[in-house]
Amino acid sequence: MNSSVLENPEFLEKKTQQQAFLNISQIDMVFPTPSGGFTALKGVDLKIDKGEFISLIGHSGCGKSTVLNIVAGLYQATKGGILLQNKEVNEPGPERAVVFQNHSLLPWLTAYQNVELAVRQVFQKTMSKGEMKEWIEYNLTLVHMDHAMHKRPDEISGGMKQRVGIARALAMQPEVLLMDEPFGALDALTRAHMQDSLMEIQNELNNTVIMITHDVDEAVLLSDRIVMMTNGPEATVGEILDVKLERPRSRLTLAKDIEYNRLRSEVLTFLYEKQRKVESISSKTVVPKVIPRKRAN
Amino acid sequence: MIDEESRMSLTTVNLSQLTITEQVVKVSKSILSTITNVMLLPVIGITIFLFLWSISAQSIHTSLGTFPGPNAVVQQFSSLYEEHVVEREKAVAFYQRQEKRNLAKQEKNPNYVGKIRAYTGKETFVDQIITSLFTVTCGFLVAAIIAIPLGIWMGLNKRLNSAINPIVQIFKPVSPLAWLPLVTMVVSALYVSDDPMVSKSFLTSLITVSLCSLWPMVINTSIGVSSIDSDLLNVSKVLRLPTFTHIQKIVLPASVPMIFTGMRLSFGVAWMVLIAAEMLAQNPGLGKFVWDEFQNGSSDSLARIMAAVIVIGFIGFLLDRAMLGLQRKVSWDKSSASV
Repeated sequence: MNSSVLENPEFLEKKTQQQAFLNISQIDMVFPTPSGGFTALKGVDLKIDKGEFISLIGHSGCGKSTVLNIVAGLYQATKGGILLQNKEVNEPGPERAVVFQNHSLLPWLTAYQNVELAVRQVFQKTMSKGEMKEWIEYNLTLVHMDHAMHKRPDEISGGMKQRVGIARALAMQPEVLLMDEPFGALDALTRAHMQDSLMEIQNELNNTVIMITHDVDEAVLLSDRIVMMTNGPEATVGEILDVKLERPRSRLTLAKDIEYNRLRSEVLTFLYEKQRKVESISSKTVVPKVIPRKRAN
Repeated sequence: MIDEESRMSLTTVNLSQLTITEQVVKVSKSILSTITNVMLLPVIGITIFLFLWSISAQSIHTSLGTFPGPNAVVQQFSSLYEEHVVEREKAVAFYQRQEKRNLAKQEKNPNYVGKIRAYTGKETFVDQIITSLFTVTCGFLVAAIIAIPLGIWMGLNKRLNSAINPIVQIFKPVSPLAWLPLVTMVVSALYVSDDPMVSKSFLTSLITVSLCSLWPMVINTSIGVSSIDSDLLNVSKVLRLPTFTHIQKIVLPASVPMIFTGMRLSFGVAWMVLIAAEMLAQNPGLGKFVWDEFQNGSSDSLARIMAAVIVIGFIGFLLDRAMLGLQRKVSWDKSSASV
């Protein structure tokens, strides 16, 4: 009797669902447009373990940001849903901290005050003032911003702003860290530097991370798994690539690594052969959000 | 070889000297152009204006004599000030006499309690300026207290905005002169008190000023609040900031530049409206001064009105600058606080 229950596929599925730390379950997203609904996502399904670093990669407008916004709770999926530790996600919250592409620091507050706003909100009941101060400074030191923590966003560079944005997200002690093209707006050198910093932090904290990226090297370098998305409309998960490179990783050693180059070419093949983007005017107009790349100041 | 080297170094020295002198020339040129822009050109402009004014004034003959030129106006400024000084002296003398009289009566009769009456002399030009400034500030503050919270609420709530926006758009272009009779009648009907804290005329001016300066602030505040960067709103959502904290930490600072733009516009409107209201409703202030002089019809009247016009313009300019200074102090966005 017992064995037959265990072998029952429905039961097994339920069990694996419960075990997943973060379960993105069969998500559809339909945006209303004047000419009827636009289906951006169709059947996106992904299970993520605790401490895993996931990259979402795909062409512009394929709905990567939409997936992230649904996990963040900023959008509501039309169908399906998100389970975080078996609890349904239906509104934004600090346990799913977001690092936005354009840093989103409050321009009237210093780096310290920006992090403080988050820390006060999250830990107002559990931390004393002194502990908060320590915690804010710890997080700013983690991203190497302790030297400029009393500067305002317009007084620091693009890379530094993004560091503060990451410090703010980390300071919320999130269960999942969501990063929407965190380094997309930075120049190549700063980006490489930020990636190294992020790996260093990840080594220490071992957070669960979902990161959107356009950059193939970045995805391979940072992730445990790369989730490649098909082109929209009705975008979904195309292929998932396990990245089993040893940590800590170094970009210089990896550059000659056979496995690294194999993974890299697999992602490139997916993006530029299997999901080659055919630019058409009609598909461009229905894309919900295309973020132009900006240079760092 | 040595010769060569020394010659080389000589030329480099010469070159660097040349660049230094060039730099000095450049810097002094830029300083000169700043002086020209800031000092010289305005002075030239004003001089030409004064010249044209005095020329054309001479050829305008009114029933009250020739139109006053700059000279006549300057004369009136000093006579207006003298009148003020004389009036003050009279007031001081009046209070001294009153005190003396009371003391004398008290000497005769120790139980006598002296009556103290306020001096009821004519209000001078300076008094009128002070009255006007006080009224406009009060009216503006009342408007701001209503308009800014309303604007924030409208900016946060799209439905409320749709409901109120048509009303705002219709009342915004209404002239103060249209409001004035209504306000006067309503104030005299509702503000009935034996011992009024403020005079009716003050209240009428104040309400008229508030009614007219409300709208630019409401509109600018609501636009400022509704156009906050969605990324910042998302930050607030992720942090689950309670409504009050959200307004205090995100909405208010983000919309401060727009709120101040609205406040500056409103203050300008308030000052213009006040003069009109005072003229029409015989409320004390600069407007009444102008109207009184017009009714008075002496040979000095036009020059005195012209003096008042210049003072009104000057005060309006100073008020705007004061608001700008306040904005620079309060707002994080210094670039929005430029002229």
